[in-house]
Amino acid sequence: MAFEDQRTTVYKIDPEHPESESLPTLRTEELLLNLGPQHPSTHGVLKVILELEGERLVKSTPVMGYLHRGVEKLAEDGTYHQFIPHTDRLDYVCAMYNNFAYCRAVEKLLNLQVPERAEYLRTIVAEVQRIIGHQFWLGAQALDIGAMTVFFYCFRDREILLDWFNELCGARLTTSWYRIGGVERDLTPSLIDKLKQFLDYFPPKIDEYQVFLEKNRIWLGRTKGVAVISAEDAVSFGLSGPVLRGSGVDYDLRKYEPYSAYPKCEFSVPVGKNGDTYDRYWIRVMELYESVKIIRQCLEQMQEGPVMADVPSVTLPPKERVFTNLEAMIQQFKLFSQGFDAPPGEVYCGTEAHKGELGFYIVSTGGGKPYRLKIRAPSFIHMGAFDHMSRGYMISDACTIFGSYDIVMGECDR
Amino acid sequence: MHPLLQRIQQTFSVGVTGLAEWRGDAAVTVLRNMLHEVAQFLRNDPGMDFDYIVHVSSVDWPDDEERFEVVWEFYSIRKRHRIRLKTRVPESDCVVDSLTDLWKGADFMEREVFDMMGIRFRNHPDLRRILMPDDYTEGYPLRKDFPLRGKGWRDTFDFLDEVPR
Repeated sequence: MAFEDQRTTVYKIDPEHPESESLPTLRTEELLLNLGPQHPSTHGVLKVILELEGERLVKSTPVMGYLHRGVEKLAEDGTYHQFIPHTDRLDYVCAMYNNFAYCRAVEKLLNLQVPERAEYLRTIVAEVQRIIGHQFWLGAQALDIGAMTVFFYCFRDREILLDWFNELCGARLTTSWYRIGGVERDLTPSLIDKLKQFLDYFPPKIDEYQVFLEKNRIWLGRTKGVAVISAEDAVSFGLSGPVLRGSGVDYDLRKYEPYSAYPKCEFSVPVGKNGDTYDRYWIRVMELYESVKIIRQCLEQMQEGPVMADVPSVTLPPKERVFTNLEAMIQQFKLFSQGFDAPPGEVYCGTEAHKGELGFYIVSTGGGKPYRLKIRAPSFIHMGAFDHMSRGYMISDACTIFGSYDIVMGECDR
Repeated sequence: MHPLLQRIQQTFSVGVTGLAEWRGDAAVTVLRNMLHEVAQFLRNDPGMDFDYIVHVSSVDWPDDEERFEVVWEFYSIRKRHRIRLKTRVPESDCVVDSLTDLWKGADFMEREVFDMMGIRFRNHPDLRRILMPDDYTEGYPLRKDFPLRGKGWRDTFDFLDEVPR
């Protein structure tokens, strides 16, 4: 039988190890394996072409774009207000943070000040979203690796917060609650009560998640020392968020370029040292505790006040007036359909989402629509380091590695 | 003026065509042939020390003589400052130096710019389409002359101008 083709190579006998001469000659062949696009652990639709030598990864080529919807092109055709719901669909697991990052970029373009209460509300909801994101990540990552129990515990608690979102804005995932110049509505007393209850309920549950994993030999074996990336490489690749902090770089925009109510809160940024998957896991779990701390402080410090900046040419009128007053309704209609007159210029504004630095680069030539809008999506940039980080590991580690970036393909492909 | 911009102006007497600061963002526009040299200065100079690449982007200005603008954004983790580096590329010779040798992350970001805007990067290790399919022949989607609804078979759709009543 002749299976030989040009890729077939015959191993030569190594002269330094003559004892192997007695072994039969082994014929080896490089194997190409498609992982995905339908694999459950790809968190969406992602294909990776793996070049294998035995079970070791020699080279991996991510093939992306299955979820490409041309969001940047759509942005050029709509007004600034109209784009907010599109940002929900980028990282559909954590829509609030995308809204937040986008609104901040537009506010920087307009040089718009947000009222203090709105800043606190934004911080509270963003941190709730961070908890949801990390719970989702922890459950999914543990499930990918084979620890199924954690998934149920994480999703049980995530459900409480999604219901809280539902009460806040009427949607669980695609929220669109942030507005340019503030937020859509204030927290009701019932929401504040529920959040306070959750803050008391949650910290013991984080300990519970860890019980399943910290002493789980399989979890430790599959995360410790897997997908190590040095600090220098991580910075050069432009990684951000827990992936970069896992390598020992304390880059966190909440501290480096403080925004919203973060400078008024005391919290620490956990930093790893080994740069492996375990450190990234540890950082995310520690961030859960920090998020609880931040939300507590914000709830204590928050004073009464408006939740939307009062700049009628840009910000939306309050909903009660829209429903009762003709002028307010016309104003809302015009702001959505024609937009406001943005000054010509260009800005970049990065926000620390739970995945990493989510940035918006907006070029304006004046008028109601952005001339060009570029989204700096952390998932996309993390995938750029996949080949570098996966070389030499086993096939089964491939899922661990892109799981540890916390990728969501909606954001990656945009 | 922003101290970084001052420093760049002093170092490069020719090649820098624009320095701008707006809303706290510092931006440098350089000639295309000076791009790699300026980028190297930003990366290696101890006073600059831009070790972190934020994003690579592109803007289409169809009415200008040099149609495309390529934008890099850098951050320095140690010095905590950021800068935007821009250069212009004409449509007839749509090539610019790749910065993958200075920042590894530029690889995927420049591929995206190539895919979306059709700007080629010299010395890029693997310049292929990244978000659109490999065999996509309908052009570059983010160019201003690319219709929003798309090209090719989508042009033959019968769109209703008015909803019949």
